[in-house]
Amino acid sequence: MSASAVVFYILSTFILVAGLLAVTSRKIFRSAIWLLFSLTGIAGLYFWLQMEFIAAVQIIVYVGGIVVLIIFSIFLTQQSGKEMPPPFRSRAIFSALAVCTGFALTCILLRNYTFPAGGHAAPDTGVANIGSQLLSTTEHGYVLPFEVISILLLAAMIACIVIALKTKPGDK
Amino acid sequence: MTQIPLTHILFVSTALFFIGMYGLFTRRNMITMLMSVELILNSVNINFVAFNRYLYPEKLEGVFFSLFIVAIAAAEAAVAIAIIINLYRNLHTIDVEEADEMKF
Repeated sequence: MSASAVVFYILSTFILVAGLLAVTSRKIFRSAIWLLFSLTGIAGLYFWLQMEFIAAVQIIVYVGGIVVLIIFSIFLTQQSGKEMPPPFRSRAIFSALAVCTGFALTCILLRNYTFPAGGHAAPDTGVANIGSQLLSTTEHGYVLPFEVISILLLAAMIACIVIALKTKPGDK
Repeated sequence: MTQIPLTHILFVSTALFFIGMYGLFTRRNMITMLMSVELILNSVNINFVAFNRYLYPEKLEGVFFSLFIVAIAAAEAAVAIAIIINLYRNLHTIDVEEADEMKF
């Protein structure tokens, strides 16, 4: 087994263990920190795939943005040292059963499917290439989705302000 | 990188998807449910990037889909957290079993 393969298996074990702890930990703050580790591991997986730009986006947006937002909201809404109540036993058992069944089914499907072999041309994943294709109006250009997503972000921003401005009906 | 078959990466992302699914089923706190949704979205992103890298290495389609998913996930998390905090101000709980009124 080469060094690259070892790195892949270590990274994937790290991602899965951190993700599992993030959904099972009883303390909500620890859960958020495990989520942070899992997302960092996914960024490492992108680096391993030689997709540096998407790895950088993953770190900036997820680790630097969303997890920090989640931690802020945890501090705003509850005592972080308090343990959450455990899930109902029957619900935990049945969801574990359903999830394991789904995972086994998908694995069987994946094992039996043969993917067409791709070319081995080294991709040009430089930022300049990504940027020019993202903003080009030719056949494989993505300028329309780009504009739509910017309108979506604007709408989300306004929606957050509107929701935050709402007051209780009892007030004033 | 080429020694690892594509299926192994897909196994990892499938496992991550179902871990997020398990969290979504068992958690009752809204913030932890949001974390599970983030795990699910990330597993989809891994799939897109891996397909792009292994099957069509001369194109960039998978990268663009991943970028758009990241942007939508950021917008979704911001709106969801605004709703959760507003719900907490009104009901003083963010447990999905107790927050059962739509209009206050």
